[in-house]
Amino acid sequence: MSLEESQRGVGVTEDGDLDYDELEDLLGEKVLAREEHLNAEGFVIRPDDVQDVLSTLKERAGFDHLSLLTAQEYLDRYESIYHMKKYDDPTQEVSVVVPTDKENPVSESAEPVFRTADWHEREAYDLVGIEYEDHPDLRRILLPETWQGHPLSLDYDQDKPQIVPLREHANPLQPDHKDAESDTMFLNVGPHHPATHGVLHLETVLDGEQVVDVDPDIGYLHRCEEQMCQNGTYRHQIMPYPDRWDYVSAGLLNEWSYARTAESLADIDVPEYAQVLRTLGAELCRIASHLLALGTFALDVYGDFNVIWQYAFRDREVVLNILEDLTGQRMMFNYFRLGGVVWDIPEPREEWFEKIRDFLDELPGKLAEYHDLVTGNEIYQIRCVDTGVLEPEVAKEYGVTGPAARASGIDYDLRRDDPYGYYDELDWDVVTDDGCDNFARVMVRFKEVEESAKIISQCVDLLEDWPEDERTIQANVPRTLKPEPDTEVYEAVEAAKGELGIYIRSDGTDKPARFKIRSPCFSNLQSLPEMAEGELLADLIAALGSIDIVLGEVDR
Amino acid sequence: MSSDNQHVTTAQTKTREARMGEGVDDRFNSRLREVLGSMPFILTKFDKFMNWVRGSSMFVLQFGIACCSIEMIHTYAVKHDLDRFGSGIPRASPRQADLIIVPGTIVSKFAPRMKRVYDQMPEPKFVVGMGNCTAAGGPFQEGYNVVKGAEEVIPVDIHVPGCPPRPEALIYGVVKLQERVANGESSPVVVKPYELEEFSDLPRDEVVEKLADQIDEDDLVMRYNWRNSP
Ligand code: SF4
Repeated sequence: MSLEESQRGVGVTEDGDLDYDELEDLLGEKVLAREEHLNAEGFVIRPDDVQDVLSTLKERAGFDHLSLLTAQEYLDRYESIYHMKKYDDPTQEVSVVVPTDKENPVSESAEPVFRTADWHEREAYDLVGIEYEDHPDLRRILLPETWQGHPLSLDYDQDKPQIVPLREHANPLQPDHKDAESDTMFLNVGPHHPATHGVLHLETVLDGEQVVDVDPDIGYLHRCEEQMCQNGTYRHQIMPYPDRWDYVSAGLLNEWSYARTAESLADIDVPEYAQVLRTLGAELCRIASHLLALGTFALDVYGDFNVIWQYAFRDREVVLNILEDLTGQRMMFNYFRLGGVVWDIPEPREEWFEKIRDFLDELPGKLAEYHDLVTGNEIYQIRCVDTGVLEPEVAKEYGVTGPAARASGIDYDLRRDDPYGYYDELDWDVVTDDGCDNFARVMVRFKEVEESAKIISQCVDLLEDWPEDERTIQANVPRTLKPEPDTEVYEAVEAAKGELGIYIRSDGTDKPARFKIRSPCFSNLQSLPEMAEGELLADLIAALGSIDIVLGEVDR
Repeated sequence: MSSDNQHVTTAQTKTREARMGEGVDDRFNSRLREVLGSMPFILTKFDKFMNWVRGSSMFVLQFGIACCSIEMIHTYAVKHDLDRFGSGIPRASPRQADLIIVPGTIVSKFAPRMKRVYDQMPEPKFVVGMGNCTAAGGPFQEGYNVVKGAEEVIPVDIHVPGCPPRPEALIYGVVKLQERVANGESSPVVVKPYELEEFSDLPRDEVVEKLADQIDEDDLVMRYNWRNSP
């Protein structure tokens, strides 16, 4: 290996592109076959080579980001696909495809190589039924532990009765927490609790006030989003669902993830005018979503910050009004269409632009007020500085993305690194912070609001000057979309919480055969124990608030 | 203060003294008392009075499930401010709440917990179902894991349709409930197919046999007969 090559990493050409042949050479005879996915090439390997292959790709070729694990059942086999990327350059992707036997679907676990595989494999086991050997804790994650069958497998009978128990949770560290001898106390936080931001249950073990063990128990809002999308037709029936994944008004950001994936699957080009509209709408959503994160976080760390929460909601109302004018709804926009958006800006256009400009003009003053009230406040600083620390190496292990990753100094933003929409034509910056703590995570969000405002104002200028006869809002897309059978694609966008991706496999019909959602909150939440264990209980709540999860997206 | 007001105050003071005796602090003199004049008693039916009290001040349980809860928060927050109608103070404990707004999709794992929370509320208690999910499962009605509406588990007094309903719609629903409570009207209690029951009370069938070694006899369980769901 020449010096230059080692700097580039194995498998990268001089122009910085991926060289899959070189990667294949690196893996040697472990590669049984190669597959073409639209976003990347895939290497088919044996189920007992998973750890070897993944760690070679991670250590030698620099694929340090296990973005997603897709599990699915075919007529003749089960399949796990590990979608890998690089934090340095997310356009460099590779899929590792692991087919397993139909009778005995056992595959080696990737957990020793990537911590994040833990939850992803549990989900694959839960919903599809593949078993992972060597997995530290292979139990159901989304469905109740007494569930019968695997709902996304082919022969699942949805009409079968199910029984769900309501019983006490056991202390995982000591057999009986009521025992006089025991030092620890078991504490349930949630599933109905104001600080969990929804229906999340944290099984927490305390020693005094210190958290010794915390295990997030999710699935209280698992409403079958993937099944719903698999039952819907590409053209119109799927788009309403993404609005409901991350439902804190991040709707357009989510819709974009589906739009991007389906457009890449069906090879649809989006007119520029529509891209600007999308960019504008999406950034408004980001502001609304970040404001909610800030408001609720302030409330979580210190009850008297109620007023900030009220302020955040006051400002969100303004954003929601603007979005309602554009889309017709306050939260569930359903505004994107494959190939564009559903309609143009409401008339009179000037009035709407004026509304946005007013909001943008007032924003700096409002942000200054927030900073006065929150980040400059001593109590707040004591609660947030150096608590909930997440080191960048640890964050990468868990596939953490979004503001949570950027606050750990990971310079990763798909809007810039894997450009889509109109972002690469505009002037804005990716915000990072080396603090790695709760304070940094909140600061990153504050600054991202400013950056989003910058993007929005440029979009408004562009739209204002756009010649009237070039305002194409939608490309020509056939009424029914039937992508070629067995096309596979995985695309992601930068949503409010991080990398929101979708994997689709088509089967020649007008509905996807497999629709898999990569939720940023799912991966981010998995890193919570790293931030909270050893800290005080109050800091656990702060850490949870600072990663800003939304359960609709965690559970899907 | 104008002399006119002064005059009124003097007259009021007189009626108050007649009612409560001399030297009572001005602060005890409420508007309502002025209306009642020197009469120290009012005559009404006890139940009517209680209903009026109940309907005029309701404590809502702080309870969020899914997307609808975001609009519910907007309903509590500035601009819409549900508290204007006397029902905007969310209580964190079910034991202090009169009203539960159910804002979101209910799935199999959550329904038993929701039922437990509902059971912990003291009587009389009222339920507002917010959104299509609580009405019938909403957009997720066909999901393998989704309970087809809150009414499968607890009785619901008012349904507010929408996905999500606007804050104005929720306010309308809550105020409507308050009005009905004040008038002493209530909804008929509907049959709830899904109950919490002891495992040993379930009819022995295939699923029960299968789970017998995982669930204790006296564990509480909820059994979902998906086939018979609406
Ligand atoms: S009714 Fe609509 S908005 Fe409300 S919880 Fe259901 S999906 Fe979400």
